[in-house]
Amino acid sequence: MMHIFNLMASFWLGRLSLKALPPNPIQWFGASLIILVPGMIAVLLTVTKRWKWLYKEWITTQDPKKIGVMYILVAIGMLLRGGADVALIKTQQALSVGASHGILSASHFQQIVTAHGTIMIFFVAMGLMFGIINLIVPLQIGSRDVAFPFLNATSFWLFFFGMVLVNASLVLGDFAATGWLAYPPLSELRYSPTVGVDYWIWSLQIAGVGSLLAAINFIVTILKMRVKGMNFMKMPMFVWSVLGSMLLVAFAFPILTATLTLLALDRNLGMHFFTSGAGGNMMMYVNLIWAWGHPEVYILILPAFGVFSEVVATYSKKRLFGYTSMVWAIAAIVLLSFIVWLHHFFTMGAGSDVNAFFGIMTMIIAIPTGVKLFNWLFTMYRGKIRLDSPMLWFIGFVVIFTIGGMAGVLMAVPPIDFQLHNSLFLVAHFHMMIVGGVVFADFAAITYWFPKIFGFKLNETLGRWVFWLWLVGFLMSFIPLYILGFMGATRRLDHYSASLGWQQLFIVSGIGAALIGAGVGVQLLQFAYSIYKRKDNRDKTGDPWDGRSLEWSLPSPVPFYNFARLPEVSSRDAFWEAKKSRLKDRRKYEDIEIPKNTPLAFMIAALAFIFAFTVVWHIWWLAVIALLSIITLIIVRSMDEQTDYILKASEVEKLDSLYLKGAKL
Amino acid sequence: MLRTKRRWFVALALIVIVVLSAIYLANVNIPILEPKGVIADKEFRLLVTVTVLMSIVALPVFGLLIYIVWKYNEKNHTKKKYSPDWESNKFIEGTWWAIPTILIVILSVITWNATYALNPYNPIASKNSTLNVQVIALDWKWLFIYPALKVATINKLMLPVNTPVHFYLTADAPMNSFWIPQLSGQIYAMPGMQTQLYILANQPGEYNGWSANISGIGFAGMMFKADVVSATQFKAWASRTVSSAPALSLARYNSLIQPSAYVKTRFFSNPATNIFSQTIDKYMVADYHGAVQ
Repeated sequence: MMHIFNLMASFWLGRLSLKALPPNPIQWFGASLIILVPGMIAVLLTVTKRWKWLYKEWITTQDPKKIGVMYILVAIGMLLRGGADVALIKTQQALSVGASHGILSASHFQQIVTAHGTIMIFFVAMGLMFGIINLIVPLQIGSRDVAFPFLNATSFWLFFFGMVLVNASLVLGDFAATGWLAYPPLSELRYSPTVGVDYWIWSLQIAGVGSLLAAINFIVTILKMRVKGMNFMKMPMFVWSVLGSMLLVAFAFPILTATLTLLALDRNLGMHFFTSGAGGNMMMYVNLIWAWGHPEVYILILPAFGVFSEVVATYSKKRLFGYTSMVWAIAAIVLLSFIVWLHHFFTMGAGSDVNAFFGIMTMIIAIPTGVKLFNWLFTMYRGKIRLDSPMLWFIGFVVIFTIGGMAGVLMAVPPIDFQLHNSLFLVAHFHMMIVGGVVFADFAAITYWFPKIFGFKLNETLGRWVFWLWLVGFLMSFIPLYILGFMGATRRLDHYSASLGWQQLFIVSGIGAALIGAGVGVQLLQFAYSIYKRKDNRDKTGDPWDGRSLEWSLPSPVPFYNFARLPEVSSRDAFWEAKKSRLKDRRKYEDIEIPKNTPLAFMIAALAFIFAFTVVWHIWWLAVIALLSIITLIIVRSMDEQTDYILKASEVEKLDSLYLKGAKL
Repeated sequence: MLRTKRRWFVALALIVIVVLSAIYLANVNIPILEPKGVIADKEFRLLVTVTVLMSIVALPVFGLLIYIVWKYNEKNHTKKKYSPDWESNKFIEGTWWAIPTILIVILSVITWNATYALNPYNPIASKNSTLNVQVIALDWKWLFIYPALKVATINKLMLPVNTPVHFYLTADAPMNSFWIPQLSGQIYAMPGMQTQLYILANQPGEYNGWSANISGIGFAGMMFKADVVSATQFKAWASRTVSSAPALSLARYNSLIQPSAYVKTRFFSNPATNIFSQTIDKYMVADYHGAVQ
């Protein structure tokens, strides 16, 4: 009888059972947060009677501006989650010395480290980047929409449900304890038999497919939807950098998808692509994952460079210096980023010729990066610099990125890398590049473009506090890690012996992390306070910073159709030139095609989540149903020929005059 | 007035931090900067050379940044030096394509030569004959086998000073990275594969070693000591161990591969022949993690 019951349960529920619930208090706490936070949001929506609003305005929307806002909201939420991971990691490393083993078990610590890396890269850095791209690229190229609005919504919801799947692992089962790139054979079934690695694989699969679709969308948008007159060499530098980044996504993410699929085949169907025996080769995985992973770094950093190109020019009231050089620098980085991946594992014992080639290729990337840096400096030279917080983020970026970049060149020399690889020196290096580079740029971008999207400015005083807390906390957190690296401290250690003398530096680093945490706290306060005081900081002109590119020609917040009348472009910095010329406006209103709202994108992504979740838990019957439903929905959508509606020219004119009077619609 | 005061305060705080850091750094042991072996020493010198070369180009960037931000701040602004439409100068742009390029060319030559010179597979010339050591990364400890001396150890690497050592490495566990920072850089130890590493320790002493690549829950407990002693002490240790320590039979090896971490030093005599090659070979056949036959 029991036997039949077990058989039934394993058919209907796969590996899922009560044992999947969290085993200890810290994990219980994490799990309850993951349930409570969405729960509270749900209660809030019910109390304020906003479910319908949520459905009509957000879940079914195809407006890239709203999708951009949702990307950024998810990313901020995940910044808090990844930050909570940091708090646990730093506490453990400050306490787990000698006889004490700290507050976390080794397995739990390793899961947290893995989750921190995965979440910060895929759901914070990528989320902020795609959010800003969605908000700004269509506006800067004078377009009313992206090329494929439905695809865009699907990309976002895939990203969203990838995030949900990562967090589901806190409540049911466990997460990978392998490090964020899950090298086999450790990530193979033999050494990681639980659902952890499966959660990792499938959340990245969903989010990764979303990224790939988004990249195709933005490549086509930039190539085909620029306003008349804006040829390639007249595009804003941010658009160029996004084009470079999205080309990288389009070429790199399929490698990720394929690699994860091979690992999933190993784990689920007993294949031997990367196992330690039977012809499997773990170094094949390491090569493949970095063939995606290194371009990924540039996928994140290129749009960051683009943001700073916009910010520096605007706040220096001067044209961007060396535009052509900047474009070629981006092109060089795009090409080079695909031929350096092996520098992530010089220590595998390859020959000198292989290591020397990849080492030198890596160094060559420093050239275009250096050129960009000099061009920004010379954009400020003979300018009129206003040191608002986006410029502070830029200056912080230059300092941190230069230090981190020098550390990077050091590690590009293979014999030096033998001594620094996998140490905390490496950890300090890439945090300086990704936080000091990407995240600082994203914060600058949020402050800079916030009034354009929401119609009011963020509080500057609090913004400065945020910057200084982040900068001081960041240096305090990561300079000690360089020293610890020289002391031989390796990454992902949940314990070390007291005689090594590492504890003091780990504590200093932990205090630095706490300062960053305070910075994040002030950041949330800044949002709350600015919303509260929004009437005082309203942006009535649409051009609060004396901007240069087309988005500043629009009223703030931008109407849902973006441009009532399409702008005329005949030079770079189109809006700056238009402000100077004062020519008479002869543009006419015309009918505008607007995509209708649809829940299908959300539904497809939700089904993808069900598919992934059921594959993780081996609930095969439901996985098959989910997969078939996705295919059905795609067919249904493809058959729908009335996906747009027309906004009449007279209607546009009426709305436009209201917007220009400052009405909030 | 308040601004000036604040500036003084910040400057003072920075000076205090720099001085305290300098005192701290002068008083702690920083293994990579204090090499005790010829390879680690060459790697350290290379590190210094490259750092100095980079600083020549990178440090002026900081100076330029501070100067430009101060000079062209709108508060210090005069109309004369503002040129809003100045956007290109082929000579200036050419200069900063050229400066980093020259630096990178110099660094590339250094890198090319150093990569060949410090290939871990290069034998080290010495009047003393080379000692062969087989290294197997287990779950979660290190097994060192000295085939010629018929001894083996767990988590203790006994080495004679000024003698080249030739390591052959593999793993009977997930991938690990073998690293003794004061003696040389690291190299991966992978199941089913063999890597090699030559080192030469030129000062007696006890040095820390560990795995630099995550390999499971016991990974932090893979620490071992490398004990560099004189040639006579080394010989005495080897003969003592051969005569007194228990034998490393296949059965004992097969019990050692069971997971355990933070394992204390253990010595063995007469390791069964071919443990190392059989450990590699067993992965050729299947995804096999069982006993060596």
